[in-house]
Amino acid sequence: MEWNELLIRYGELSLKGRNRNTFVRKLRNNIKEALRDLKTVVIKPERDRMFLIAEDQQDMKEAIARLPYIFGIQSFSPVAKCEASLDAIKEKALEVIGADETEGKTFKVEIRRTDKSFPLVTGELQQEIGGHVLRHFPELIVKMKKPDILLHVEIREEGAFLTAKVYEGAGGMPVGSNGHSMLMLSGGIDSPVAGYLMMKRGVSIDAIHFASPPFTSELAKKKVMDLAEKLSTFGAAVRLHIIPFTEIQQMIVTQVPDNVSMTTTRRLMLQIADKVRQEEGALAIVTGESLGQVASQTLESLTAINAVTETPILRPLIAADKLEIIQIAQKIGTYDISIQPYEDCCTIFSPSNPKTKPRLEKVVYYESFSDFAPLVEEAVKNRETVQLPLQQEDAFEDLL
Amino acid sequence: MIYLDNSATTLPDDSVLASFTEVNRRFFANPASLHLAGKEAELLLERSREQIKSILGVSEGEVIFTSGGTEANNLAVIGFAHAYRSRGNHIITTSIEHPSVLRSMEYLETQGFEVDYLQVNAQGVISIEELKSKLRQETILVSIMHVNNEIGAIQPIAECARMIKGQSRAVFHSDAVQSFGKLPIMLTGDGPDALTISAHKIHGLKGSGILAMRKGIIPQAINFGGGQEKELRSGTVSVADAVAMAKAMRLHVVNQERENFRAWRNRFMTVVEQYEDVRILARDSAAPHILSLAFPKIKGEVAVNYFQENGITVSTSSACSSKSVKTSHVIEAIGVPEKYKNGVIRISFGQNNSEQHVSELERVFKGFMELLGRGKQ
Repeated sequence: MEWNELLIRYGELSLKGRNRNTFVRKLRNNIKEALRDLKTVVIKPERDRMFLIAEDQQDMKEAIARLPYIFGIQSFSPVAKCEASLDAIKEKALEVIGADETEGKTFKVEIRRTDKSFPLVTGELQQEIGGHVLRHFPELIVKMKKPDILLHVEIREEGAFLTAKVYEGAGGMPVGSNGHSMLMLSGGIDSPVAGYLMMKRGVSIDAIHFASPPFTSELAKKKVMDLAEKLSTFGAAVRLHIIPFTEIQQMIVTQVPDNVSMTTTRRLMLQIADKVRQEEGALAIVTGESLGQVASQTLESLTAINAVTETPILRPLIAADKLEIIQIAQKIGTYDISIQPYEDCCTIFSPSNPKTKPRLEKVVYYESFSDFAPLVEEAVKNRETVQLPLQQEDAFEDLL
Repeated sequence: MIYLDNSATTLPDDSVLASFTEVNRRFFANPASLHLAGKEAELLLERSREQIKSILGVSEGEVIFTSGGTEANNLAVIGFAHAYRSRGNHIITTSIEHPSVLRSMEYLETQGFEVDYLQVNAQGVISIEELKSKLRQETILVSIMHVNNEIGAIQPIAECARMIKGQSRAVFHSDAVQSFGKLPIMLTGDGPDALTISAHKIHGLKGSGILAMRKGIIPQAINFGGGQEKELRSGTVSVADAVAMAKAMRLHVVNQERENFRAWRNRFMTVVEQYEDVRILARDSAAPHILSLAFPKIKGEVAVNYFQENGITVSTSSACSSKSVKTSHVIEAIGVPEKYKNGVIRISFGQNNSEQHVSELERVFKGFMELLGRGKQ
C-alpha cells in the first residue's frame, strides 16, 4: 500500500491558547530533527493538524516507525490520495481498508466535502462507498458509534483524501516547549526514566555523568552515552557532560569518615551539576531519586544533599515503585542498556554501612576540614561534552 | 559449466564473502565478552539482526541465528511444540515438507504429540478446505513450507495464515528456504508467525540460517549451553555468518516474483511441451526458479549425466535425497505415474544464470530427446 502523506494530530498543546504557535513550531522542528536523514520528507503545519509528505515510500515507512516516539503528537494517520471521482474513491477505499486487519472489526464511513461542487452529497457518498467496501469485506460490521475502523474521506478540489488507520502518538508536549534542565545520569535504571518523563512534559535536557577512570571503564562511559542517545530519540538532541571525578572521590575516601562519605559524594556531585547547569543556561536539575530506594534517597539524605543549592530539583520518580520504573524503562528501551554490568563511580567506593539518616550539621562539620572548592572548579572546567546522537561515520555499513 | 542447481545451493556473492572475511579479521571477538572488542562484535551482530528484522517487517519480533535451515526448522517444530504444549498437543503439517520438518514431526509423535499431514493435489498444493477441517481447539502449531524444494510448488501462505488465525490459536511456521529471494515473503499482515531462511540458497554461505518470528512467539530451546541468542540457541554466535546472512538477504530480497526466472521457466517449458511424454511437475503451481521434469522409463540419473556431459549441471529431485534409491516422498505425494517416478530431474535458476544459459539448456534438452528417439508432438 502506498501512502501519500501522514496526518498528524496535536496532543495537549492544542489546548494552549496563545502559546500555540510556539508549540507547533517546536513540534515541527522536533519532527524534522528526528527525521533529518529521510531526504524526501516535507512537513506542512496547519493550525489544528500537521501534514507530513514523503515522496519515497521507504521514507514514509520509516517516518511511521519513528513518529510514535515524538512527544506532542496525539495520534497520526496515513493518508491515501486519489482523483475526486466516485469510482476512484471507491477503489482507493478498498486499498485503504485492505491494508489492515478486517476480521471481526466494526466500521463506519465519514465524509467531509470541502469541495461543494462534487456531484454527490454526503449521504449518497456514504452509502456508495460504505456499500462498496462491505461487498468486498463482508466480515465488517457497520457501527455508527465508536467503530474500530473509521474510514474518513475528505473531498477537496485537488483530490480525495482517505484515512482509516490511527496510530497512537506519545502524547505529552513537544520537547523544548517547557524549558531546559540538567539531568543527572548515572547509568542505572532510574535516571533515564526521570529524563524521559521530563522530556514528555516538554523539557529539553542536558545530561551530566560522573566518571572515575581508571576505576570506571570506557565501557561504563559508552553505556551512559548509549542511554543519552536513547533519550535523544524522543525528539531533541541531548548534550552529555562527563565529569572527571577520580580526584574528588579519592579525597573524599581519605578525608571524610566512611559513613558520611556517600552523602558528601552526592553533595559534591550536586554542586558540580549546579555549576554546569548555570554555564549551560538550564533552569532546573532532574534526578532519578525515588524515596527510600537506597540510603541516599531517604528524606534525611535528600535534605542533607539538597542543602548545597537552591536550584529547583525535579524528582519525577520520587513516589514511583521500582517495578513501575522498570516497566517504563523497558517500554522506552533504556532498561537493556541500564542493566549492562559495568561499575560506575557510585559503586566502586561505596561504603559498607552508609548512614540512612545523616544530619546536615555533622556532614558540614566533617567536610570543613578539606577544601573541595578548587577540585570542583577543575572538574567543571575539564568536563568532556558530547552531543548525541553522535554524527559518526558508520563503521558497519559497508559490511552489511 | 552452466550451473542450474541453485535450489541445492548457490554460488556465494563476492561482496558477501568479502564481508565474511573482513568481519572475521576485524571483529573476531566473542560477542558475549565484556571487553571493548566483544562489545563491538556484539554491536555488529545486533545491527545484522536489526537489518534482517527490518527486511522481514518485524521490528519488534525476534531473529535467532542458527547453523542453517535444518536447525532452524528443528527449533521451530520441536521448540514451538514444547513451548505451547500446555494449550494442546495437535500439530498440522504437509506430506511434502523438507525432511528437517518431517523427521522432527516424527520425533514429536514419539513424545505424545498428534500430527496431521495435509495431502497435496497433482500440482503439489494443499487444500485450504482440508486445512480448515483439520484445525482444532488444541492445534498448537501449523508448519507449511512456502515453496517445495523438489518440485517448486507454492503453497497459499496468505490464505493459510488467515484460516489459521481465524480458526485456532496455533503458531504458523513456514519454511521459506526455497522462496526467499524469489517470491515476496514477510512476517507482516497475512504472512506466517515464524519463518526459516537459509543463507546458502540466496548466494550466502553454508552453515548459516535463521528462525525469525513475530513479537511474543517464542520457542523452547532444543540445545543447551551458554544461553546465547536469548537462551534459544546456545553456542558462540558467528558474527561473520550473521553479517553475511544479513547482507545476502538485503541483496536478494524481492517485493515481487523474480520476473527473469519466470520468463526463463516459461520459455523452456514451451520447448519441453513440444515433446510427447515428458511431464512437467507442478507445472502451474511452481515458483519462478524451479522446473521439475519427469521422463518415462529412464532414471533421472541418466538425464543428469547427459546434461553434465554437455556442460549443464542439473540434479535429480532434491540434493538431500538424490543419492537414495527410494522414490521421493514428494513425487509419491503428487501421484506421479509409476513409469515416470524414477525419471525426475530438477532445473533451478539463480542470479548467475542468463538468457544464454537457457538457450544452451534448450539445445542440450533437444539433443537428449533425440538420443532417446523421441519425436516432437
